Amino acid sequence: MELAGIAIDETVDITDKVCPLTFVKAKVALDELEDGEVLAIRMNDGEPVQNVPRSVKEEGHQILKLLDNEDGTYNLIVKKVGD
Amino acid sequence: MAQIDYGALKKGGFMRQKQKGYFSLRLQVVGGNLTAENIKTVAEVAERYGKGYVHMTSRQGIEIPFINFDDIEEVKKELAEGGVKPGVCGPRVRTVTACQGSEICPSGCIDTYTLAKELDEHYFGRELPHKFKFGVTGCQNNCLKAEENDIGIKGGMEVSWVADKCINCGVCEKACREGAIKCTGTEVTLEADKCTYCGRCVKSCPTDAWEGNSGYLVSFGGLFGNKIYKGEQLLPIIHDKETLFRVTDAAIDYFEENANAGERFRFTLQRLGEEKFREKIKAAYEG
Repeated sequence: MELAGIAIDETVDITDKVCPLTFVKAKVALDELEDGEVLAIRMNDGEPVQNVPRSVKEEGHQILKLLDNEDGTYNLIVKKVGD
Repeated sequence: MAQIDYGALKKGGFMRQKQKGYFSLRLQVVGGNLTAENIKTVAEVAERYGKGYVHMTSRQGIEIPFINFDDIEEVKKELAEGGVKPGVCGPRVRTVTACQGSEICPSGCIDTYTLAKELDEHYFGRELPHKFKFGVTGCQNNCLKAEENDIGIKGGMEVSWVADKCINCGVCEKACREGAIKCTGTEVTLEADKCTYCGRCVKSCPTDAWEGNSGYLVSFGGLFGNKIYKGEQLLPIIHDKETLFRVTDAAIDYFEENANAGERFRFTLQRLGEEKFREKIKAAYEG
């Protein structure tokens, strides 16, 4: 799968969760990836898209892109960075 | 029993209780932090001289209720040995409150605890026409409710975009809650007059393409008691402590010189009109 020209290894949909479980679900998905793999996190507009990218950054992962799906959701493309 | 000097006791943080001869002893806490040793000492005093409990005040203080007048000197001595001092009440500068700030909290824009200690060293207990409160909060989340204080200090960041670090990911446009940032895909623009200095663009940018210059947003004349007023920010963001303290000195001096006894800062400003005060702190701001 590819999004905006970036190869995606895994996807996770966190639109069914509210803060702080949005980030928890994203974090669990990231934990399951290998170093260097790319995850697409689908999230809702509003609080999730305001806060989740920053939390992902603070965990030390590399954000590549935020894509507006134009349906009230976004895909955050993240490359896993191990410890 | 000796005559009780309630005024002197109140200055030393002894709050008279309904129960005759008993005081609720207010302790000095700066920025909401106490050491484990402090807490052990407080616990011991509360068990030995009080009723085995403490009361947490609304401004991050601790009071030990049911201290008998006859035990005051011993209680003070025991507390002092554990590094704990009585707080103050009455017409003077009160406990300086603070959130955990940038040393602990991911949202913090300023080191609130260090600033709270410095404010405490400068002003704590200073005699004034009425009570005077400082509160320091690290960011726009305002956990410490800066504007309910006579002087509130809120951390902020003046931000600027660094084009060559930017990967145009689009995160900052959504992180900004004020709609001040627009990402076109090749460029990022900031509408400066919408910016609240919250620093969320800086904190969320994955490539540090937003740089933040930390500073202090100062509000004046807040109170949250019988009357409620929100402190007003009358100056631009202040980036250095020297200027900050010039401004707080000017504000507190103005209050000391102009307030009637028993008049809170807000009402002094209302009675005399804000214009004079604005001139005074503007001059201090400009040095």
